[in-house]
Amino acid sequence: MNAPYTKPLPAIDDRNRPHWAGNAAGELRVQRCDDCGTPRFPASRWCPHCLSENTSWQTTSGKGQVWSWCVFHRAYFKGFTDDLPYAVALIELDEGVKIYSNLVGIPREQIRIGMRVRARFEKVTEAVTLVKFEEDK
Amino acid sequence: MSLRNRVAVIGVGTTAAGTMPGHDAYDLGLIAFKRAMEDCRIKRTQIDGLIVNRIPDYQRFAEIAGMDPHFALVTPGQGRMSGNSIEIAASAIEAGLAHTIALVYGNNGKSAGDQYGGEGDRYGGGGVGPWFPYGMTSPGAAHAVMFQRHMHLYGTTSRQLAAISVAFRKHALLNPDAVMKKPITIQDHQNSKFIAEPLHLLDYCLINDGSVALIVTTAERARDFPKPPVYIRGFGTSTKLVNSSLPPDDFWYAPMQHVARQTYAMAGVKHDDLDGLMIYDNFSPTVVFTLEGFGFCRQGEGGPFVENGRLELGGDFPSNTDGGHLSNSYMQGWALNAEAVRQLRGECGARQIKDAKLIQYMCAAPLVTSVIYGTDL
Repeated sequence: MNAPYTKPLPAIDDRNRPHWAGNAAGELRVQRCDDCGTPRFPASRWCPHCLSENTSWQTTSGKGQVWSWCVFHRAYFKGFTDDLPYAVALIELDEGVKIYSNLVGIPREQIRIGMRVRARFEKVTEAVTLVKFEEDK
Repeated sequence: MSLRNRVAVIGVGTTAAGTMPGHDAYDLGLIAFKRAMEDCRIKRTQIDGLIVNRIPDYQRFAEIAGMDPHFALVTPGQGRMSGNSIEIAASAIEAGLAHTIALVYGNNGKSAGDQYGGEGDRYGGGGVGPWFPYGMTSPGAAHAVMFQRHMHLYGTTSRQLAAISVAFRKHALLNPDAVMKKPITIQDHQNSKFIAEPLHLLDYCLINDGSVALIVTTAERARDFPKPPVYIRGFGTSTKLVNSSLPPDDFWYAPMQHVARQTYAMAGVKHDDLDGLMIYDNFSPTVVFTLEGFGFCRQGEGGPFVENGRLELGGDFPSNTDGGHLSNSYMQGWALNAEAVRQLRGECGARQIKDAKLIQYMCAAPLVTSVIYGTDL
């Protein structure tokens, strides 16, 4: 039996469920305004660009680049204690949306701003699959 | 119509920063409020306006303080709101809503065990919650991400941040009320543990208990009080709130440029006229971003700018002479504004800026503010 998952889990609701369903299906989905076409993430009711409520979910390329990053040496969440020090990267997707995530298979000393990355998916509980990023060579 | 010198600070009250168990934010605020009233020998009945900050509720505070002001307001307990509250007070006085306003700030963060990261991280109204599953949390980490990018774009270094921490620590050693009492070197900064790398412990502000109160009134009335008035000479606010759950692309450069134009125009001063700066230093990189955004140097040159003692007493722009948030205490901008007033009154003893006549407070955040204070009309 696996140890229980102790890291924070997302609050999945009707608004953001398509994103999490996408992760489970191996697709990185973000919202896209039906009226002005502006993509956005995390999920929100209104498009901040045109204030439309009409929205769809768009499957992105899952590709982008490291915009910036930092390394946590302190565990603000108990579940991350064993991971210290761990990196968090801010990824800018090619579709223009930014998303905080973790990098997989990239040693910390090799992380570079501008590095090309692609989404990979990690099922952490029955209900939750996270989207992380690996180097896109 | 310009608001230059229309309103003045007449009274200042602070507590020493540290741990004050058994006092909530209301109690702490009341202590500073009493000291500010004593400072200018004003009666409560002469005060007809109240703005409280970080103190949860104006009604309760006024009840405790025995006041029925004509103007009462609470502003959100975010550091960026200190400058904003002062501007609101000046504007309300000019508009005739009140003639004399007490601004009261109380912070029991240390005794209350406040944490700025983890499940309780409510930055941006809770907009950061979606990042928790990836371990992203805390304003400090957000500033670490910003500084990493600044390093990448402009070659700024952690040693340059150390120059800021060292400068403010030197000032704290001259301030008997400051929390930090031990000198530090550049190397101490470099050796201090990482919290969110590239930021070290000594890049972080200090959570403590404490309080600050300011009493402001019209320039005309200000002359009737015992101490020389410190005039609010210029101020401004702007924002970058769209997408503000993520770091801004420009280190808040655009809103700072807006505020700089507004504030310098209202005050009628240039950078070189300023005798001292009070720079909101929640984390040391903010100081670099601020100096660039307000045009003290060009964008990207903030790192070299802060080196070689430029921000130290005796340097070109003595800054955060009370020790700032990094070495005095995280009083969310309020103590820096109180320090500006005391410097301009010549009350700062060993840390006094000689002949200080003009001092600028600046805060770089999603809501940018600045206030320029002066001694002369």
